[in-house]
Amino acid sequence: MKLEAGLSFSQAPPIRVPFRFFLSAPLFGLLAALLALWYGPSLMDSRWQPSVLALTHLMTLGFLGMAMVGAMMQMLPVVAGSPVAHPVGVARTVHVLLLPGVLLLAGGFLFGVHWPMRIAMVLLGSGFTVFAVAVGLSLKRASAANPTVVGMRFAVGSLVVTVALGLTLASNYGWDWWLIERVRLTNLHLTWGLLGWIGLLVAGVSYQVVPMFQLTPSYPKLLTRWLTTALFVLLLLWSVVYWLPEGVQEQVTLAVGLTAATIFTVFALVTLRLQLQRRRKQSDVTLLFWRFGMACLLLALALGVAGQVIPALDKMQGDNLVLAFLFIAGFAVSVVNGMLYKIVPFLIWFHLQSLLMGVARVPNMKLIMPEPGMRRQMWLHFAAVPALALSVLWPPLIYPAALLFGASMVLLEINLLNAFRIYQQNAKLAPKGDLSTT
Amino acid sequence: MDTISSYMTSDHHRCDELFSQAEAAASGKDWGTIATGLQGFLDSMHHHFKMEEEVLFPAFEEHTGMSMGPTQVMRMEHVQMRELFDAMSDAVKQQDRDEFLGQAETLLVMMQQHNMKEEQMLYLMADRALAGEMEAVLQQMRAVGA
Repeated sequence: MKLEAGLSFSQAPPIRVPFRFFLSAPLFGLLAALLALWYGPSLMDSRWQPSVLALTHLMTLGFLGMAMVGAMMQMLPVVAGSPVAHPVGVARTVHVLLLPGVLLLAGGFLFGVHWPMRIAMVLLGSGFTVFAVAVGLSLKRASAANPTVVGMRFAVGSLVVTVALGLTLASNYGWDWWLIERVRLTNLHLTWGLLGWIGLLVAGVSYQVVPMFQLTPSYPKLLTRWLTTALFVLLLLWSVVYWLPEGVQEQVTLAVGLTAATIFTVFALVTLRLQLQRRRKQSDVTLLFWRFGMACLLLALALGVAGQVIPALDKMQGDNLVLAFLFIAGFAVSVVNGMLYKIVPFLIWFHLQSLLMGVARVPNMKLIMPEPGMRRQMWLHFAAVPALALSVLWPPLIYPAALLFGASMVLLEINLLNAFRIYQQNAKLAPKGDLSTT
Repeated sequence: MDTISSYMTSDHHRCDELFSQAEAAASGKDWGTIATGLQGFLDSMHHHFKMEEEVLFPAFEEHTGMSMGPTQVMRMEHVQMRELFDAMSDAVKQQDRDEFLGQAETLLVMMQQHNMKEEQMLYLMADRALAGEMEAVLQQMRAVGA
Protein backbone atom coordinates (compact mmCIF):
# COMPACT_ATOMS: atom_id res chain seq x y z
CA MET A 1 0.00 0.00 0.00
CA LYS A 2 1.26 3.42 -0.89
CA LEU A 3 1.21 6.26 1.56
CA GLU A 4 0.07 8.95 -0.87
CA ALA A 5 -3.17 7.03 -1.38
CA GLY A 6 -3.71 7.51 2.33
CA LEU A 7 -3.15 11.22 2.15
CA SER A 8 -5.97 11.69 -0.30
CA PHE A 9 -8.23 9.67 1.94
CA SER A 10 -10.96 12.21 1.79
CA GLN A 11 -14.65 12.79 2.00
CA ALA A 12 -16.97 12.17 -0.93
CA PRO A 13 -16.70 14.25 -4.13
CA PRO A 14 -19.19 17.14 -4.52
CA ILE A 15 -22.77 15.94 -4.86
CA ARG A 16 -23.19 17.21 -8.41
CA VAL A 17 -20.48 14.79 -9.59
CA PRO A 18 -22.60 11.64 -9.33
CA PHE A 19 -26.01 13.32 -9.54
CA ARG A 20 -25.69 14.69 -13.03
CA PHE A 21 -25.27 11.07 -14.16
CA PHE A 22 -27.94 9.58 -11.90
CA LEU A 23 -30.60 12.06 -12.98
CA SER A 24 -29.87 11.47 -16.68
CA ALA A 25 -29.99 7.65 -16.55
CA PRO A 26 -33.77 7.03 -16.28
CA LEU A 27 -34.45 9.47 -19.13
CA PHE A 28 -32.55 7.15 -21.47
CA GLY A 29 -34.55 4.21 -20.11
CA LEU A 30 -37.72 6.15 -20.90
CA LEU A 31 -36.50 6.90 -24.43
CA ALA A 32 -35.82 3.19 -24.93
CA ALA A 33 -39.35 2.37 -23.78
CA LEU A 34 -40.86 4.95 -26.16
CA LEU A 35 -38.82 3.52 -29.00
CA ALA A 36 -40.09 0.03 -28.17
CA LEU A 37 -43.68 1.32 -28.23
CA TRP A 38 -43.11 3.00 -31.58
CA TYR A 39 -41.57 -0.03 -33.28
CA GLY A 40 -43.71 -2.61 -31.47
CA PRO A 41 -43.62 -6.30 -32.43
CA SER A 42 -41.31 -5.66 -35.42
CA LEU A 43 -38.46 -5.40 -32.89
CA MET A 44 -38.47 -9.20 -32.64
CA ASP A 45 -37.72 -9.74 -36.33
CA SER A 46 -33.94 -9.57 -36.03
CA ARG A 47 -31.31 -8.31 -33.66
CA TRP A 48 -29.55 -6.50 -36.53
CA GLN A 49 -32.35 -4.02 -37.11
CA PRO A 50 -31.52 -0.33 -36.56
CA SER A 51 -34.37 -0.08 -34.05
CA VAL A 52 -32.95 -2.90 -31.91
CA LEU A 53 -29.43 -1.45 -32.06
CA ALA A 54 -30.71 1.99 -31.05
CA LEU A 55 -32.77 0.54 -28.22
CA THR A 56 -29.93 -1.59 -26.89
CA HIS A 57 -27.52 1.35 -26.81
CA LEU A 58 -30.02 3.65 -25.13
CA MET A 59 -30.19 1.03 -22.36
CA THR A 60 -26.52 0.06 -22.10
CA LEU A 61 -24.83 3.41 -22.75
CA GLY A 62 -27.70 5.61 -21.68
CA PHE A 63 -29.19 4.05 -18.58
CA LEU A 64 -26.45 1.68 -17.41
CA GLY A 65 -23.49 3.71 -18.65
CA MET A 66 -24.65 6.93 -16.99
CA ALA A 67 -25.50 5.26 -13.69
CA MET A 68 -22.32 3.18 -13.56
CA VAL A 69 -20.00 6.05 -14.46
CA GLY A 70 -21.60 8.24 -11.77
CA ALA A 71 -21.57 5.49 -9.16
CA MET A 72 -17.96 4.60 -9.85
CA MET A 73 -16.74 8.18 -9.44
CA GLN A 74 -18.67 8.34 -6.20
CA MET A 75 -17.52 5.01 -4.82
CA LEU A 76 -13.81 5.03 -5.61
CA PRO A 77 -12.80 7.00 -2.50
CA VAL A 78 -14.75 4.61 -0.28
CA VAL A 79 -14.25 1.18 -1.81
CA ALA A 80 -10.78 1.75 -3.24
CA GLY A 81 -9.54 4.50 -0.92
CA SER A 82 -8.52 6.43 -4.00
CA PRO A 83 -10.68 9.29 -5.32
CA VAL A 84 -10.69 10.45 -8.93
CA ALA A 85 -8.59 13.59 -9.33
CA HIS A 86 -10.44 16.77 -10.40
CA PRO A 87 -13.82 15.06 -10.02
CA VAL A 88 -15.94 18.10 -10.97
CA GLY A 89 -14.13 18.76 -14.23
CA VAL A 90 -13.93 15.08 -15.16
CA ALA A 91 -17.62 14.51 -14.41
CA ARG A 92 -18.69 17.56 -16.39
CA THR A 93 -16.53 16.66 -19.39
CA VAL A 94 -17.59 13.01 -19.46
CA HIS A 95 -21.26 13.86 -19.01
CA VAL A 96 -21.30 16.60 -21.63
CA LEU A 97 -19.61 14.28 -24.16
CA LEU A 98 -21.58 11.10 -23.46
CA LEU A 99 -25.06 12.59 -23.23
CA PRO A 100 -25.32 13.89 -26.82
CA GLY A 101 -23.07 11.02 -27.95
CA VAL A 102 -25.63 8.38 -26.94
CA LEU A 103 -28.51 10.32 -28.52
CA LEU A 104 -26.65 10.81 -31.81
CA LEU A 105 -25.61 7.15 -31.87
CA ALA A 106 -29.23 6.05 -31.44
CA GLY A 107 -30.30 8.58 -34.08
CA GLY A 108 -27.56 7.41 -36.42
CA PHE A 109 -28.78 3.83 -36.15
CA LEU A 110 -32.44 4.76 -36.58
CA PHE A 111 -32.16 7.08 -39.54
CA GLY A 112 -29.17 5.49 -41.24
CA VAL A 113 -27.57 8.91 -41.74
CA HIS A 114 -23.79 9.27 -41.70
CA TRP A 115 -23.12 12.54 -39.92
CA PRO A 116 -24.78 11.79 -36.53
CA MET A 117 -22.89 8.52 -36.40
CA ARG A 118 -19.57 10.24 -37.08
CA ILE A 119 -20.16 12.91 -34.44
CA ALA A 120 -21.34 10.25 -31.99
CA MET A 121 -18.09 8.34 -32.51
CA VAL A 122 -16.03 11.41 -31.63
CA LEU A 123 -18.16 12.26 -28.58
CA LEU A 124 -18.39 8.73 -27.18
CA GLY A 125 -14.77 7.91 -27.99
CA SER A 126 -13.45 11.00 -26.23
CA GLY A 127 -15.96 10.81 -23.35
CA PHE A 128 -15.02 7.24 -22.49
CA THR A 129 -11.32 8.00 -22.95
CA VAL A 130 -11.49 10.81 -20.37
CA PHE A 131 -13.42 8.53 -18.00
CA ALA A 132 -11.11 5.53 -18.47
CA VAL A 133 -7.96 7.63 -17.97
CA ALA A 134 -9.31 9.42 -14.87
CA VAL A 135 -10.63 6.26 -13.25
CA GLY A 136 -7.65 4.23 -14.43
CA LEU A 137 -5.21 6.61 -12.70
CA SER A 138 -7.23 6.41 -9.51
CA LEU A 139 -7.31 2.60 -9.66
CA LYS A 140 -3.58 2.51 -10.36
CA ARG A 141 -2.94 4.30 -7.08
CA ALA A 142 -5.28 1.99 -5.16
CA SER A 143 -4.16 -1.17 -3.39
CA ALA A 144 -4.15 -4.30 -5.53
CA ALA A 145 -4.73 -6.37 -2.41
CA ASN A 146 -8.34 -5.22 -2.54
CA PRO A 147 -10.45 -7.58 -4.72
CA THR A 148 -12.90 -4.78 -5.55
CA VAL A 149 -10.03 -2.73 -7.00
CA VAL A 150 -8.98 -5.75 -9.08
CA GLY A 151 -12.54 -6.24 -10.32
CA MET A 152 -12.85 -2.55 -11.19
CA ARG A 153 -9.55 -2.58 -13.08
CA PHE A 154 -10.70 -5.50 -15.21
CA ALA A 155 -14.09 -3.82 -15.70
CA VAL A 156 -12.47 -0.62 -16.95
CA GLY A 157 -10.15 -2.69 -19.18
CA SER A 158 -13.23 -4.41 -20.60
CA LEU A 159 -14.89 -1.04 -21.15
CA VAL A 160 -11.89 0.11 -23.19
CA VAL A 161 -12.07 -3.05 -25.35
CA THR A 162 -15.85 -2.64 -25.73
CA VAL A 163 -15.55 0.99 -26.80
CA ALA A 164 -12.71 0.24 -29.24
CA LEU A 165 -14.75 -2.55 -30.85
CA GLY A 166 -17.84 -0.35 -30.79
CA LEU A 167 -16.05 2.46 -32.61
CA THR A 168 -14.81 0.04 -35.23
CA LEU A 169 -18.34 -1.24 -35.76
CA ALA A 170 -19.83 2.25 -35.78
CA SER A 171 -17.37 3.33 -38.48
CA ASN A 172 -19.17 0.76 -40.59
CA TYR A 173 -22.31 2.89 -40.25
CA GLY A 174 -20.56 6.25 -40.43
CA TRP A 175 -18.89 5.46 -43.72
CA ASP A 176 -20.28 2.99 -46.21
CA TRP A 177 -17.52 0.45 -46.14
CA TRP A 178 -18.32 -3.17 -45.50
CA LEU A 179 -16.74 -4.76 -42.47
CA ILE A 180 -16.24 -8.43 -43.30
CA GLU A 181 -15.89 -9.55 -39.69
CA ARG A 182 -18.99 -7.65 -38.62
CA VAL A 183 -20.79 -10.55 -36.91
CA ARG A 184 -17.73 -11.72 -35.02
CA LEU A 185 -16.79 -8.22 -33.94
CA THR A 186 -20.35 -7.55 -32.81
CA ASN A 187 -20.35 -10.70 -30.69
CA LEU A 188 -17.02 -9.70 -29.18
CA HIS A 189 -18.25 -6.15 -28.60
CA LEU A 190 -21.36 -7.23 -26.73
CA THR A 191 -19.60 -9.95 -24.75
CA TRP A 192 -16.92 -7.55 -23.52
CA GLY A 193 -19.57 -4.98 -22.73
CA LEU A 194 -22.07 -7.20 -20.96
CA LEU A 195 -19.89 -9.81 -19.24
CA GLY A 196 -16.76 -7.68 -18.93
CA TRP A 197 -17.72 -4.09 -18.13
CA ILE A 198 -21.10 -4.81 -16.49
CA GLY A 199 -20.50 -8.32 -15.11
CA LEU A 200 -17.04 -7.68 -13.64
CA LEU A 201 -18.01 -4.31 -12.19
CA VAL A 202 -21.10 -5.77 -10.50
CA ALA A 203 -19.04 -8.68 -9.12
CA GLY A 204 -16.24 -6.44 -7.85
CA VAL A 205 -18.62 -3.97 -6.24
CA SER A 206 -20.74 -6.76 -4.72
CA TYR A 207 -17.83 -7.91 -2.58
CA GLN A 208 -18.24 -4.69 -0.64
CA VAL A 209 -21.84 -3.61 -0.94
CA VAL A 210 -23.62 -6.92 -0.34
CA PRO A 211 -22.08 -7.40 3.13
CA MET A 212 -22.35 -3.67 3.79
CA PHE A 213 -26.05 -3.01 3.24
CA GLN A 214 -27.49 -6.20 4.70
CA LEU A 215 -24.77 -7.20 7.17
CA THR A 216 -24.19 -10.54 5.49
CA PRO A 217 -21.06 -12.64 5.98
CA SER A 218 -18.22 -11.76 3.57
CA TYR A 219 -17.83 -13.48 0.21
CA PRO A 220 -15.48 -16.49 0.45
CA LYS A 221 -11.81 -15.41 0.06
CA LEU A 222 -11.20 -17.95 -2.67
CA LEU A 223 -14.00 -16.45 -4.74
CA THR A 224 -13.03 -12.80 -4.31
CA ARG A 225 -9.41 -13.60 -5.09
CA TRP A 226 -10.00 -15.45 -8.35
CA LEU A 227 -13.42 -14.78 -9.81
CA THR A 228 -12.87 -11.53 -11.71
CA THR A 229 -9.37 -12.53 -12.84
CA ALA A 230 -10.61 -15.90 -14.13
CA LEU A 231 -13.46 -14.25 -16.02
CA PHE A 232 -11.19 -11.65 -17.56
CA VAL A 233 -8.78 -14.38 -18.74
CA LEU A 234 -11.72 -16.32 -20.18
CA LEU A 235 -12.87 -13.23 -22.08
CA LEU A 236 -9.36 -12.86 -23.51
CA LEU A 237 -9.29 -16.55 -24.48
CA TRP A 238 -12.71 -16.31 -26.03
CA SER A 239 -11.58 -13.35 -28.12
CA VAL A 240 -8.58 -15.21 -29.49
CA VAL A 241 -10.55 -18.37 -30.17
CA TYR A 242 -12.35 -16.46 -32.92
CA TRP A 243 -9.24 -16.51 -35.00
CA LEU A 244 -8.58 -20.25 -34.61
CA PRO A 245 -9.35 -22.64 -37.49
CA GLU A 246 -13.09 -23.38 -37.86
CA GLY A 247 -12.93 -26.99 -36.71
CA VAL A 248 -11.37 -26.33 -33.31
CA GLN A 249 -13.23 -23.10 -32.81
CA GLU A 250 -16.58 -24.54 -31.89
CA GLN A 251 -15.38 -26.85 -29.12
CA VAL A 252 -13.09 -24.25 -27.58
CA THR A 253 -15.82 -21.60 -27.72
CA LEU A 254 -18.23 -23.97 -26.05
CA ALA A 255 -15.72 -24.88 -23.32
CA VAL A 256 -14.85 -21.24 -22.61
CA GLY A 257 -18.52 -20.25 -22.66
CA LEU A 258 -19.52 -23.01 -20.28
CA THR A 259 -16.72 -22.18 -17.86
CA ALA A 260 -17.63 -18.49 -17.83
CA ALA A 261 -21.31 -19.33 -17.34
CA THR A 262 -20.41 -21.65 -14.45
CA ILE A 263 -18.36 -18.93 -12.75
CA PHE A 264 -21.15 -16.37 -13.06
CA THR A 265 -23.62 -18.97 -11.77
CA VAL A 266 -21.44 -19.55 -8.72
CA PHE A 267 -21.30 -15.79 -8.17
CA ALA A 268 -25.09 -15.41 -8.35
CA LEU A 269 -25.72 -18.40 -6.08
CA VAL A 270 -23.17 -17.27 -3.50
CA THR A 271 -24.70 -13.78 -3.51
CA LEU A 272 -28.20 -15.17 -2.94
CA ARG A 273 -26.92 -17.46 -0.21
CA LEU A 274 -25.09 -14.64 1.60
CA GLN A 275 -28.27 -12.57 1.49
CA LEU A 276 -30.15 -15.43 3.12
CA GLN A 277 -27.57 -15.43 5.91
CA ARG A 278 -27.88 -11.70 6.54
CA ARG A 279 -27.85 -10.56 10.14
CA ARG A 280 -30.07 -7.62 9.36
CA LYS A 281 -33.65 -8.78 9.43
CA GLN A 282 -35.18 -5.72 7.74
CA SER A 283 -35.97 -6.53 4.14
CA ASP A 284 -35.67 -3.59 1.80
CA VAL A 285 -36.10 -2.54 -1.79
CA THR A 286 -32.40 -2.81 -2.57
CA LEU A 287 -32.30 -6.39 -1.32
CA LEU A 288 -35.34 -7.32 -3.43
CA PHE A 289 -33.88 -5.65 -6.52
CA TRP A 290 -30.66 -7.62 -6.05
CA ARG A 291 -32.44 -10.93 -5.58
CA PHE A 292 -34.55 -10.31 -8.65
CA GLY A 293 -31.40 -9.34 -10.57
CA MET A 294 -29.54 -12.49 -9.52
CA ALA A 295 -32.53 -14.66 -10.48
CA CYS A 296 -32.59 -13.04 -13.94
CA LEU A 297 -28.84 -13.55 -14.28
CA LEU A 298 -29.22 -17.25 -13.44
CA LEU A 299 -32.07 -17.63 -15.92
CA ALA A 300 -30.11 -15.83 -18.65
CA LEU A 301 -27.10 -18.08 -18.03
CA ALA A 302 -29.24 -21.23 -18.09
CA LEU A 303 -30.94 -20.21 -21.34
CA GLY A 304 -27.62 -19.15 -22.85
CA VAL A 305 -26.00 -22.48 -22.10
CA ALA A 306 -29.08 -24.42 -23.23
CA GLY A 307 -29.06 -22.46 -26.50
CA GLN A 308 -25.41 -23.41 -27.08
CA VAL A 309 -26.16 -27.08 -26.58
CA ILE A 310 -29.58 -27.29 -28.26
CA PRO A 311 -29.61 -25.22 -31.48
CA ALA A 312 -33.42 -25.44 -31.83
CA LEU A 313 -33.81 -23.62 -28.53
CA ASP A 314 -31.43 -20.95 -29.75
CA LYS A 315 -33.75 -20.25 -32.67
CA MET A 316 -36.77 -20.02 -30.40
CA GLN A 317 -35.03 -17.43 -28.27
CA GLY A 318 -35.20 -15.11 -31.25
CA ASP A 319 -31.57 -14.31 -31.94
CA ASN A 320 -30.77 -14.12 -28.23
CA LEU A 321 -33.21 -11.28 -27.65
CA VAL A 322 -34.57 -13.12 -24.59
CA LEU A 323 -31.06 -13.22 -23.18
CA ALA A 324 -30.63 -9.52 -23.83
CA PHE A 325 -33.86 -8.63 -22.02
CA LEU A 326 -33.00 -10.88 -19.07
CA PHE A 327 -29.39 -9.76 -18.78
CA ILE A 328 -29.78 -6.04 -19.45
CA ALA A 329 -33.23 -5.20 -18.07
CA GLY A 330 -33.51 -8.12 -15.65
CA PHE A 331 -30.02 -8.34 -14.17
CA ALA A 332 -28.08 -5.12 -14.82
CA VAL A 333 -30.90 -2.56 -14.54
CA SER A 334 -32.24 -4.20 -11.35
CA VAL A 335 -28.89 -4.21 -9.60
CA VAL A 336 -28.16 -0.60 -10.60
CA ASN A 337 -31.68 0.51 -9.65
CA GLY A 338 -31.36 -1.13 -6.23
CA MET A 339 -28.00 0.53 -5.67
CA LEU A 340 -29.36 3.97 -6.62
CA TYR A 341 -31.93 3.64 -3.85
CA LYS A 342 -29.15 3.35 -1.28
CA ILE A 343 -26.56 5.67 -2.77
CA VAL A 344 -28.86 8.60 -3.59
CA PRO A 345 -30.59 9.09 -0.21
CA PHE A 346 -27.35 8.45 1.63
CA LEU A 347 -25.39 11.00 -0.38
CA ILE A 348 -28.08 13.61 0.08
CA TRP A 349 -28.09 12.99 3.82
CA PHE A 350 -24.29 12.97 3.97
CA HIS A 351 -23.83 16.24 2.11
CA LEU A 352 -26.67 17.96 3.95
CA GLN A 353 -25.30 16.89 7.27
CA SER A 354 -21.87 18.34 6.61
CA LEU A 355 -23.52 21.57 5.40
CA LEU A 356 -25.95 21.88 8.27
CA MET A 357 -23.88 20.61 11.18
CA GLY A 358 -25.05 22.57 14.22
CA VAL A 359 -27.56 24.60 12.16
CA ALA A 360 -30.47 22.26 11.55
CA ARG A 361 -31.29 18.58 11.81
CA VAL A 362 -31.17 16.69 8.52
CA PRO A 363 -34.05 14.40 7.44
CA ASN A 364 -33.15 10.71 7.61
CA MET A 365 -32.69 8.54 4.51
CA LYS A 366 -36.23 7.19 4.60
CA LEU A 367 -37.65 10.71 4.61
CA ILE A 368 -35.39 11.67 1.72
CA MET A 369 -36.40 8.60 -0.31
CA PRO A 370 -39.74 7.27 1.00
CA GLU A 371 -40.30 3.54 0.89
CA PRO A 372 -43.77 3.52 -0.82
CA GLY A 373 -42.49 5.36 -3.90
CA MET A 374 -39.54 2.99 -4.23
CA ARG A 375 -41.81 -0.05 -3.86
CA ARG A 376 -44.26 1.14 -6.52
CA GLN A 377 -41.42 1.61 -8.98
CA MET A 378 -39.92 -1.75 -8.04
CA TRP A 379 -43.16 -3.61 -8.78
CA LEU A 380 -43.50 -1.89 -12.14
CA HIS A 381 -39.99 -3.04 -12.98
CA PHE A 382 -40.63 -6.58 -11.74
CA ALA A 383 -43.69 -6.75 -14.00
CA ALA A 384 -41.90 -5.21 -16.99
CA VAL A 385 -38.98 -7.67 -17.13
CA PRO A 386 -40.92 -10.95 -17.57
CA ALA A 387 -43.25 -9.20 -20.03
CA LEU A 388 -40.25 -8.01 -22.07
CA ALA A 389 -38.70 -11.50 -22.09
CA LEU A 390 -41.97 -13.19 -23.05
CA SER A 391 -42.64 -10.66 -25.82
CA VAL A 392 -39.94 -12.46 -27.82
CA LEU A 393 -42.23 -15.50 -27.90
CA TRP A 394 -45.41 -13.45 -28.36
CA PRO A 395 -44.47 -10.10 -29.95
CA PRO A 396 -47.69 -8.10 -29.24
CA LEU A 397 -46.77 -8.35 -25.56
CA ILE A 398 -44.10 -5.72 -26.27
CA TYR A 399 -46.76 -2.99 -25.93
CA PRO A 400 -47.72 -3.61 -22.29
CA ALA A 401 -44.10 -4.55 -21.54
CA ALA A 402 -42.74 -1.27 -22.89
CA LEU A 403 -45.50 0.68 -21.11
CA LEU A 404 -44.59 -0.95 -17.80
CA PHE A 405 -40.89 -0.34 -18.34
CA GLY A 406 -41.46 3.27 -19.37
CA ALA A 407 -43.70 3.88 -16.35
CA SER A 408 -41.04 2.38 -14.09
CA MET A 409 -38.41 4.73 -15.54
CA VAL A 410 -40.68 7.76 -15.11
CA LEU A 411 -41.30 6.84 -11.50
CA LEU A 412 -37.60 6.28 -10.90
CA GLU A 413 -36.83 9.73 -12.27
CA ILE A 414 -39.57 11.26 -10.10
CA ASN A 415 -38.22 9.50 -7.01
CA LEU A 416 -34.70 10.74 -7.70
CA LEU A 417 -35.88 14.29 -8.45
CA ASN A 418 -38.00 14.44 -5.28
CA ALA A 419 -35.00 13.38 -3.25
CA PHE A 420 -32.82 15.93 -4.98
CA ARG A 421 -35.39 18.65 -4.28
CA ILE A 422 -35.10 17.83 -0.57
CA TYR A 423 -31.37 18.38 -0.91
CA GLN A 424 -31.84 21.76 -2.58
CA GLN A 425 -34.44 22.95 -0.08
CA ASN A 426 -32.35 22.01 2.93
CA ALA A 427 -29.07 23.21 1.47
CA LYS A 428 -30.54 26.73 1.42
CA LEU A 429 -30.46 26.68 5.23
CA ALA A 430 -26.67 26.39 5.21
CA PRO A 431 -24.57 29.33 6.35
CA LYS A 432 -23.45 31.32 3.30
CA GLY A 433 -20.18 30.29 1.69
CA ASP A 434 -20.46 26.61 2.58
CA LEU A 435 -22.27 25.69 -0.61
CA SER A 436 -19.07 25.87 -2.60
CA THR A 437 -17.73 22.80 -0.84
CA THR A 438 -20.48 20.46 -1.99
CA MET B 1 -1.38 -12.80 17.32
CA ASP B 2 -3.72 -9.85 16.94
CA THR B 3 -2.89 -6.92 14.73
CA ILE B 4 -4.59 -3.54 14.91
CA SER B 5 -6.51 -4.54 11.78
CA SER B 6 -7.77 -7.85 13.09
CA TYR B 7 -8.58 -6.54 16.55
CA MET B 8 -10.46 -3.46 15.37
CA THR B 9 -12.18 -5.25 12.49
CA SER B 10 -13.60 -7.84 14.82
CA ASP B 11 -14.79 -5.03 17.09
CA HIS B 12 -16.60 -3.54 14.07
CA HIS B 13 -18.35 -6.87 13.64
CA ARG B 14 -19.33 -6.90 17.29
CA CYS B 15 -20.88 -3.42 16.84
CA ASP B 16 -22.67 -4.58 13.65
CA GLU B 17 -24.17 -7.51 15.52
CA LEU B 18 -25.49 -5.22 18.25
CA PHE B 19 -26.82 -2.85 15.58
CA SER B 20 -28.84 -5.60 13.93
CA GLN B 21 -30.23 -6.65 17.32
CA ALA B 22 -31.25 -3.07 18.11
CA GLU B 23 -32.87 -2.67 14.71
CA ALA B 24 -34.67 -6.01 14.95
CA ALA B 25 -35.99 -5.06 18.41
CA ALA B 26 -37.66 -2.03 16.82
CA SER B 27 -40.12 -4.27 14.99
CA GLY B 28 -41.55 -5.26 18.40
CA LYS B 29 -43.97 -3.24 20.48
CA ASP B 30 -42.08 -2.91 23.72
CA TRP B 31 -40.23 0.40 23.82
CA GLY B 32 -38.32 -0.75 26.90
CA THR B 33 -36.73 -3.58 24.91
CA ILE B 34 -36.00 -1.21 22.04
CA ALA B 35 -34.32 1.25 24.41
CA THR B 36 -32.20 -1.54 25.94
CA GLY B 37 -31.20 -2.81 22.50
CA LEU B 38 -30.20 0.68 21.41
CA GLN B 39 -28.23 1.27 24.61
CA GLY B 40 -26.24 -1.95 24.11
CA PHE B 41 -25.36 -0.88 20.60
CA LEU B 42 -24.50 2.71 21.53
CA ASP B 43 -22.25 1.51 24.37
CA SER B 44 -20.29 -0.63 21.93
CA MET B 45 -19.92 2.30 19.55
CA HIS B 46 -18.82 4.77 22.21
CA HIS B 47 -16.28 2.25 23.41
CA HIS B 48 -14.97 1.71 19.88
CA PHE B 49 -14.68 5.46 19.23
CA LYS B 50 -12.88 5.89 22.55
CA MET B 51 -10.28 3.23 21.63
CA GLU B 52 -9.65 5.06 18.38
CA GLU B 53 -9.74 8.65 19.57
CA GLU B 54 -7.81 8.14 22.79
CA VAL B 55 -5.29 5.48 21.79
CA LEU B 56 -5.04 4.52 18.14
CA PHE B 57 -5.37 7.89 16.39
CA PRO B 58 -2.94 9.77 18.65
CA ALA B 59 -0.38 6.95 18.35
CA PHE B 60 -0.79 6.93 14.58
CA GLU B 61 -0.53 10.69 14.33
CA GLU B 62 2.57 10.77 16.49
CA HIS B 63 4.34 8.13 14.40
CA THR B 64 3.45 9.40 10.97
CA GLY B 65 3.28 13.13 11.65
CA MET B 66 -0.07 13.12 9.77
CA SER B 67 -2.46 14.90 12.07
CA MET B 68 -4.62 16.43 9.35
CA GLY B 69 -4.79 13.25 7.25
CA PRO B 70 -6.99 10.17 7.49
CA THR B 71 -7.47 10.33 11.25
CA GLN B 72 -8.93 13.80 10.91
CA VAL B 73 -11.49 12.54 8.37
CA MET B 74 -12.35 9.65 10.68
CA ARG B 75 -12.83 11.99 13.65
CA MET B 76 -15.20 14.11 11.58
CA GLU B 77 -17.21 11.06 10.64
CA HIS B 78 -17.38 10.10 14.31
CA VAL B 79 -18.99 13.48 14.96
CA GLN B 80 -21.51 12.81 12.19
CA MET B 81 -22.33 9.40 13.66
CA ARG B 82 -22.75 10.83 17.14
CA GLU B 83 -25.47 13.10 15.75
CA LEU B 84 -27.22 10.00 14.43
CA PHE B 85 -26.90 8.31 17.83
CA ASP B 86 -28.67 11.31 19.38
CA ALA B 87 -31.36 11.24 16.71
CA MET B 88 -31.97 7.53 17.36
CA SER B 89 -32.18 8.10 21.12
CA ASP B 90 -34.64 10.96 20.57
CA ALA B 91 -36.77 8.74 18.36
CA VAL B 92 -36.93 6.13 21.13
CA LYS B 93 -37.89 8.78 23.68
CA GLN B 94 -40.68 9.96 21.40
CA GLN B 95 -41.62 6.35 20.55
CA ASP B 96 -41.47 7.19 16.85
CA ARG B 97 -40.79 3.93 15.05
CA ASP B 98 -40.48 5.29 11.50
CA GLU B 99 -38.05 7.96 12.61
CA PHE B 100 -36.04 5.36 14.53
CA LEU B 101 -35.82 2.99 11.55
CA GLY B 102 -34.99 5.83 9.18
CA GLN B 103 -32.18 7.05 11.42
CA ALA B 104 -30.98 3.45 11.85
CA GLU B 105 -30.86 2.94 8.09
CA THR B 106 -28.89 6.17 7.71
CA LEU B 107 -26.48 5.22 10.46
CA LEU B 108 -25.94 1.77 8.98
CA VAL B 109 -24.77 3.13 5.62
CA MET B 110 -22.70 5.87 7.28
CA MET B 111 -21.10 3.39 9.64
CA GLN B 112 -20.39 0.79 6.97
CA GLN B 113 -18.72 3.19 4.56
CA HIS B 114 -16.70 4.53 7.50
CA ASN B 115 -15.64 1.03 8.57
CA MET B 116 -14.71 0.19 5.01
CA LYS B 117 -12.29 3.11 4.84
CA GLU B 118 -10.79 2.16 8.18
CA GLU B 119 -10.46 -1.54 7.43
CA GLN B 120 -9.04 -1.05 3.97
CA MET B 121 -6.83 1.92 4.59
CA LEU B 122 -6.32 3.32 8.03
CA TYR B 123 -5.88 0.10 10.03
CA LEU B 124 -3.47 -1.29 7.46
CA MET B 125 -1.47 1.93 7.59
CA ALA B 126 -1.54 1.74 11.39
CA ASP B 127 -0.34 -1.89 11.32
CA ARG B 128 2.73 -0.66 9.46
CA ALA B 129 3.34 2.59 11.25
CA LEU B 130 2.94 1.02 14.69
CA ALA B 131 4.55 -2.36 13.94
CA GLY B 132 7.23 -1.75 16.59
CA GLU B 133 4.79 -1.30 19.44
CA MET B 134 1.82 -3.30 18.30
CA GLU B 135 1.45 -5.10 21.63
CA ALA B 136 1.61 -1.91 23.66
CA VAL B 137 -1.03 -0.19 21.53
CA LEU B 138 -3.31 -3.23 21.68
CA GLN B 139 -2.81 -3.38 25.47
CA GLN B 140 -3.84 0.23 25.82
CA MET B 141 -6.89 -0.26 23.64
CA ARG B 142 -7.97 -3.33 25.61
CA ALA B 143 -7.61 -1.29 28.78
CA VAL B 144 -10.07 1.36 27.55
CA GLY B 145 -13.14 1.23 29.75
CA ALA B 146 -16.70 1.32 28.55
